[in-house]
Amino acid sequence: MISKVIFHIIALFFSLFFVTAFAKNNQVIDIAYLTQEKIPPPSFSNVDLFIKNKGIFGAELAISDNNTTGKFTNQQFILKKFIVPVDGNVVDVFTKNIADKFRYVISNLPAESLLKLADMPVAKQMLIFDATTVDDDLRNGQCRGNVLHLLPDRAMRADALGQYMMKKRWTKWFLVIGNTPEDRLFVEAIKRSAKRFNMDIVVEKTWEHSFDARRTAQSDVAVFSQVDDYDVLVVADEQGMFGEYLDYRTWLPRPVIGTQGLVATAWHHTHDQWGATQLQNRFKDLAGRWPEEEDYAAYLAARAIGEAATRTKSNELGPIKAYLLSDQFALQGYKGNPLSFRAWDGQLRQPVLLAAPRSLVAVAPVEGFLHPRTELDTLGFDQPETHCQWKD
Amino acid sequence: MIKTLLTCFLLAFSVIVAAETVFLTLEKDNALAVVDPIEGKLLKTVPVGQRPRGIAISPDYKFLYVATSDDNTIKIIDTQTLKEAGRLPSGEDPETFALNPAGDKLYVSNEDDSMVTAIDIAKKKAFKRIKVGVEPEGITVSPDNQWLVSASETTNMVHWITTKTHEISENTLVDPRPRAVAFTADSQQLWVTSEMAGTLMILDVKTKQAIKTVKFEATGVTSDKIQPVGIVIDKERRRGYVALGPANRVAVINAQTFEVEKMLLVGSRVWNLAFSPDQKRLYTTNGVSNDMSIIDLESLTVTKSVGVGTYPWGVAVKP
Repeated sequence: MISKVIFHIIALFFSLFFVTAFAKNNQVIDIAYLTQEKIPPPSFSNVDLFIKNKGIFGAELAISDNNTTGKFTNQQFILKKFIVPVDGNVVDVFTKNIADKFRYVISNLPAESLLKLADMPVAKQMLIFDATTVDDDLRNGQCRGNVLHLLPDRAMRADALGQYMMKKRWTKWFLVIGNTPEDRLFVEAIKRSAKRFNMDIVVEKTWEHSFDARRTAQSDVAVFSQVDDYDVLVVADEQGMFGEYLDYRTWLPRPVIGTQGLVATAWHHTHDQWGATQLQNRFKDLAGRWPEEEDYAAYLAARAIGEAATRTKSNELGPIKAYLLSDQFALQGYKGNPLSFRAWDGQLRQPVLLAAPRSLVAVAPVEGFLHPRTELDTLGFDQPETHCQWKD
Repeated sequence: MIKTLLTCFLLAFSVIVAAETVFLTLEKDNALAVVDPIEGKLLKTVPVGQRPRGIAISPDYKFLYVATSDDNTIKIIDTQTLKEAGRLPSGEDPETFALNPAGDKLYVSNEDDSMVTAIDIAKKKAFKRIKVGVEPEGITVSPDNQWLVSASETTNMVHWITTKTHEISENTLVDPRPRAVAFTADSQQLWVTSEMAGTLMILDVKTKQAIKTVKFEATGVTSDKIQPVGIVIDKERRRGYVALGPANRVAVINAQTFEVEKMLLVGSRVWNLAFSPDQKRLYTTNGVSNDMSIIDLESLTVTKSVGVGTYPWGVAVKP
């Protein structure tokens, strides 16, 4: 009896000792995930259900991957999620819960909110991983030294499409544009790409959202698309209000490319090369759905922090940020090339997938587009073209 | 009558595989390519199962083991008849695996569930499942049978598993996305390729630490296209050879000084490598150009490429 008690005491003592020893050696890396609830936008189709939690599962999966390595290297990654209600104030939540408490923030916020946070004095001691915006402006005139961007911007996407159209010799483009500000930004990127690859924009038309009951998609698109001959219809409709109407209904039989038809994206559920299947499966086991672009971006953000923390053996901002922007940094992104950040604008350089709804058509950079440093820099704003001047 | 006999004889003869034969798995053809490397000719293609990838030959050369990933099994193929002689319970989606030197145990990486499955070949039974890092890929057993090493692509580690207990005893952090692992014949070094960093790390087996990291470079190839995969090292540890994937080259490395002596241009997306039994030639699988390159190791030149079928993946050689 006594020996049993003594044994228990010894066991307790050892377990306490073990726990403290483990806690002492364990380096903790705290990461905040900040997002705001969204109102489902009006959409063309009820086929694709509105996903309200894009991003979160990606970050969670990456934390679990990080901690598998961390188990062996005595580092622990902890993710804290902050979801601001639709009518809530992002800045308040940030100030109250995140500022001074976190060094690393994964942001799933629109450009406007992102800049507000990045410009706060407290954010100087932080690194914000933008896992949702695609704005070219945030990588140029509005760039910030404390923000890194995980998703390809519009320019990279437009160049990916442009390279593919050039390869297919679809040189005459018919541009169809929606009426939102985002559509106009996408068109700007498309025009930049057209100029870059010396393509010919034959016609440019704005889609007027007409409610006239006499007009149906069948007749409307056919009439709308009676223009001079062209090779390919390039559509700019980021929200998906009308773009799906175009394919199969144009006056001339021509492919549709852009925001509908063949699209340029960071991730797609049909992508299965370079180990992508493993990531797709692990994500689906966790989330019960396929990963969306924003999940992929949040995954990469948390993995980038993990990779930098493991290699620098640190949880401090200085060494981690320096490593992320160095030549040593090479992130596995399941797209065949190692991914890294462009030091001149904080954009993650990466291949862009060109996907049809049920098949992966091509991966840009398209073969034949060359670059002295890496072919990945044939997409988007290269160093000599950047308008980014770091504002710290 | 005589004619029938003769046909039978010829038929029988044609099935029996001649001296030095190279077997390659064809991932997209669901088949095995059989090549005579001396003549440089594809002899035949035999169906083997869904999505064959990893391949190894038994020490007595009587059987091939082929991981048919989409059949979720490892098939045992008789090297004489090229017929299926049995199946091993590999677990889901087997890709890479390793035989122990005695050839009685086989270890499989199960990529989707982060496990290594240990199989007793004679009993055709899995006797142990070992939890490793995320996405285990490269796997090998040291020639002295002390260590089973598994590399996890996402965890960026090699796990050192003692073959006595089949438990992990140590872990070494390596460069991003480790792909292949190979021991030197004396079991003193472990070579590890990293696909994302474009490096080869040489680990000392005693300390489990890197003694050298070789960063590959090739003129006319951007650094992110250099993605090292398969490794072979000759018995005398004079030279090692590393397949560089989409760089379409095989690096020749001095295994004493670790200097890169030469880059040999082979087919597209060179994946895995195997020596001829006398180690005078090297055979490669070129995944995208659908062929196999034959390299003469005395002159260090590519002497021939042989078209074999779609997506050649693994390669094994029978004397």
